[in-house]
Amino acid sequence: MRRKKILRAFASPWVSRSLLWILTLLFLLSFFFYPLAKILNLTFNFSTLANLENLLVAYHSLLFTFYQATLSTILTFILGIPSAILFSRFNFRGKSILRALTAVPFMLPTVVVAAAFNALIGQRGLFFPLSSFLSTTFHFPLSTDFILHPSPFILILTAHVFYNTTIIIRIVGNALSRLDPKLEQSARVLGADSFQAWRRIILPLLRPSLLAAALLVFMFDFTSFGVILLLGGSQFATLEVEIYIRALKLPNLNLAALLSVIQLAFTLIFSVLYTRIISQVNTQTAPRFSAAKPAKTIKEKIFVVSLCLLLSAFFLLPLLSLPIRSVTRLEADRGQREEIQYGFTTDYYEELFINRRGSLFYVPPIQAAANSLEYAGVTVLLSLALGYPAAYALAKPTRLEKFLDPFIMLPLGASAVMLGLGFILSFGRALASPFFVPIAHSLIALPFVIRTLQPALASIPERLRQAAATLGASPFRVWQTVDFPILSRATLSAATFAFTVSLGEFGATLLITRPEYPTIPIAIQRFLSQPGGLNYGQAMAMATVLMVLTTLAILIIEKLRLSDSGEF
Amino acid sequence: MLELRNLVKAYEGKPLLRDITFTVAEGETVCLLGASGSGKSTILKMIAGLDFPESGHILFNGIDLAQTPPHLRDFGLVFQDYGLFPHLNVFDNVAFGLKIRNLPTDKIQQRVAALLEQVNLTGFEKRKVTDLSGGEQQRIALARALAPQPRLLMFDEPLGALDRALKEDLLNELRGILHKTNIPAIYVTHDQEEAFAIADRILVLHEGVIIRDGTPDELWRDPQSAVVAKFLGVGNVIGGEVIAENEVKTEFGTFSLTCKHKHGIGKKVSVLLNAKENGGDEIQLTVEDVLFKRDQFEVKGRGGLIIHMKDAPKVGEVITVRVQVQCLA
Repeated sequence: MRRKKILRAFASPWVSRSLLWILTLLFLLSFFFYPLAKILNLTFNFSTLANLENLLVAYHSLLFTFYQATLSTILTFILGIPSAILFSRFNFRGKSILRALTAVPFMLPTVVVAAAFNALIGQRGLFFPLSSFLSTTFHFPLSTDFILHPSPFILILTAHVFYNTTIIIRIVGNALSRLDPKLEQSARVLGADSFQAWRRIILPLLRPSLLAAALLVFMFDFTSFGVILLLGGSQFATLEVEIYIRALKLPNLNLAALLSVIQLAFTLIFSVLYTRIISQVNTQTAPRFSAAKPAKTIKEKIFVVSLCLLLSAFFLLPLLSLPIRSVTRLEADRGQREEIQYGFTTDYYEELFINRRGSLFYVPPIQAAANSLEYAGVTVLLSLALGYPAAYALAKPTRLEKFLDPFIMLPLGASAVMLGLGFILSFGRALASPFFVPIAHSLIALPFVIRTLQPALASIPERLRQAAATLGASPFRVWQTVDFPILSRATLSAATFAFTVSLGEFGATLLITRPEYPTIPIAIQRFLSQPGGLNYGQAMAMATVLMVLTTLAILIIEKLRLSDSGEF
Repeated sequence: MLELRNLVKAYEGKPLLRDITFTVAEGETVCLLGASGSGKSTILKMIAGLDFPESGHILFNGIDLAQTPPHLRDFGLVFQDYGLFPHLNVFDNVAFGLKIRNLPTDKIQQRVAALLEQVNLTGFEKRKVTDLSGGEQQRIALARALAPQPRLLMFDEPLGALDRALKEDLLNELRGILHKTNIPAIYVTHDQEEAFAIADRILVLHEGVIIRDGTPDELWRDPQSAVVAKFLGVGNVIGGEVIAENEVKTEFGTFSLTCKHKHGIGKKVSVLLNAKENGGDEIQLTVEDVLFKRDQFEVKGRGGLIIHMKDAPKVGEVITVRVQVQCLA
């Protein structure tokens, strides 16, 4: 009797639905909302807010964050808008390859991008000998130095452009190719020259897409951490970098908490604005037009050819110079300062396997790769286990789920460094357990995992199941023929996503990992922060390993996503 | 006024227009009739300067337009899906061409008001174009094209997206406006009824060339080719064989007819077969289906022959019909 009652309770939709949620919610409560509460608690107390020095630091880092993000966004637009025009208006050979190339950086870990720019134009980069040769031989220092040996700040801005150009190509380019070509043609026939047609018709119609792209790029630049820390160092104190410094280097946890609350507030404002604007973009995207044509006039041909060359160089050179630098001996490694030696070497890779006394690690550096893979594996399992029930509930949301949905996505708004800070505040000494790293990674991966699984689960039409059943399929056959093919792709895609996120995660790991359990990104950062050609070379070798692993994962995701179109 | 000379244009490597030559005189409305995908719209785009021919010339008043960009040609173009600017209201859409020409504000206001009156949309100035019905949007598109007083108006299937009743109303309005303004116009459509309703002259485009050029009346009475006859729906186009001079054998019987082509014996030809009240030949027809069509009956007979009759015969009945047969070559 009693068992029946319990069974009936389980069958009631409310109870069974909340069971779906309970694990995911508990996880978020203990590892996101509890740390968040700790941070808020520390921020909103008298000693934090009444400290003038705290407020000054916060003010300056906020100002600098805005400054660098604004500059980065402007530069990204300078490259992105012509590229968006190129991809939406013109057809040329190799277009899809070039387009894919521009999207690669967006999916690469920040440490890889930072290492790649370092390998190309950093202090020990491939171009450095060339630039010193040019400046000593031709006494032509200014112009060549600017390009071949730029200041760290320029390096940061360039890396941001490298990262985010694809956003503009996607959002603005898609909007452009969805724009009815008849509007521009009508304007031209009515007497507008092509400049007037752009100013009066095309630009006003693109406004929501331009704003959305600007906001998204700005948001990514605003929260950028790895690129700034690795290419610039801690003197480039953005909010993120300052949080890291105040959490670990010059401990002032009150200030760190205050900074991360400021950061979170701005991210949330940007997200709300972005959601509003992007909804306007979507209303305009009715039919699709094929406005792309081969370049015809000489002006068009020059535009297409020169931009293609520029884009290939800009996106290929850093990605190529990283593996090249990892097998190139470029300077006097052991004390001979004067003479620069060139040559092929596998030393950097071999060194990864050696446990040297007095080195940066207590273990052979390659152990970092093993750690990373282990963490990534746990992250995949954990985020899938937590993501599946939630995605299943969200696939056919009730009012409760619609209410809970934004809370599940909230970790997206928090920066990785902030998550790390929350862990430090909440779990303190317990952090010695290496298990916290995959937990942090799962927090970051979970929104992506849910957003990948949810549409797949929702897309399985009940009618298909019914059709299969009426055709005589057993429940298992129904699941096998209808659910499985759709779900297996989504699951694999979500798993790969979680895997890549974990593999490349830098900010949170940097704050919570123990020195004896480095991951690949942490190892790269430590090698880069040490002097000496051998350390530098090992950083390059490590970053190459990470790039190869991530690229493989990206290829898998792209293969799986070929049929369905990806939006941000 | 407008003259097209030997235009040639390929689309994705395949020849689309092989040799297009025609003229449009002052005040004349010419209708370009052709199946979809036959290149009609491309001809309009080339006239407007939005696309370019591989060879050939487009002249206006004797001046070659090759070097004239679209915004300096002073032509008007109306699209099937209107091409109204969604971010501008009715007034700003109609005023667009006038503002570009830097006309004084009061002049613009007067002109827009006059145009809206002409298309029966007085008082619509502040409305959003996206809130208008299809017919209203097309009227605004027409007003916008008329506003800068173009030297030539072009219509690319302008009524394609509208329902039949609205189509007829708009056709009448359009014909009135075109006659009043005396602007030469090219009207592109695949619908022969629209073409007959609006055109002073019809050009039939087929496989990249203009195969027929004449007034609606001329085309109806003497389509001259099987393609034109089929396209216009003039009557029954059937195959036959010349068995003697001026004698053609078909599956409906052997007919004698005079024809200027002077075919040799044994030649396969197409002939046009139409019902006729008096004279002509008599054929026997087994009735397969009868359809009521307004004031008459459409009788479908054996072999797919279609005859219009005042009184409905019974299905299965064998009737005697008088027909006239014309050679289509």
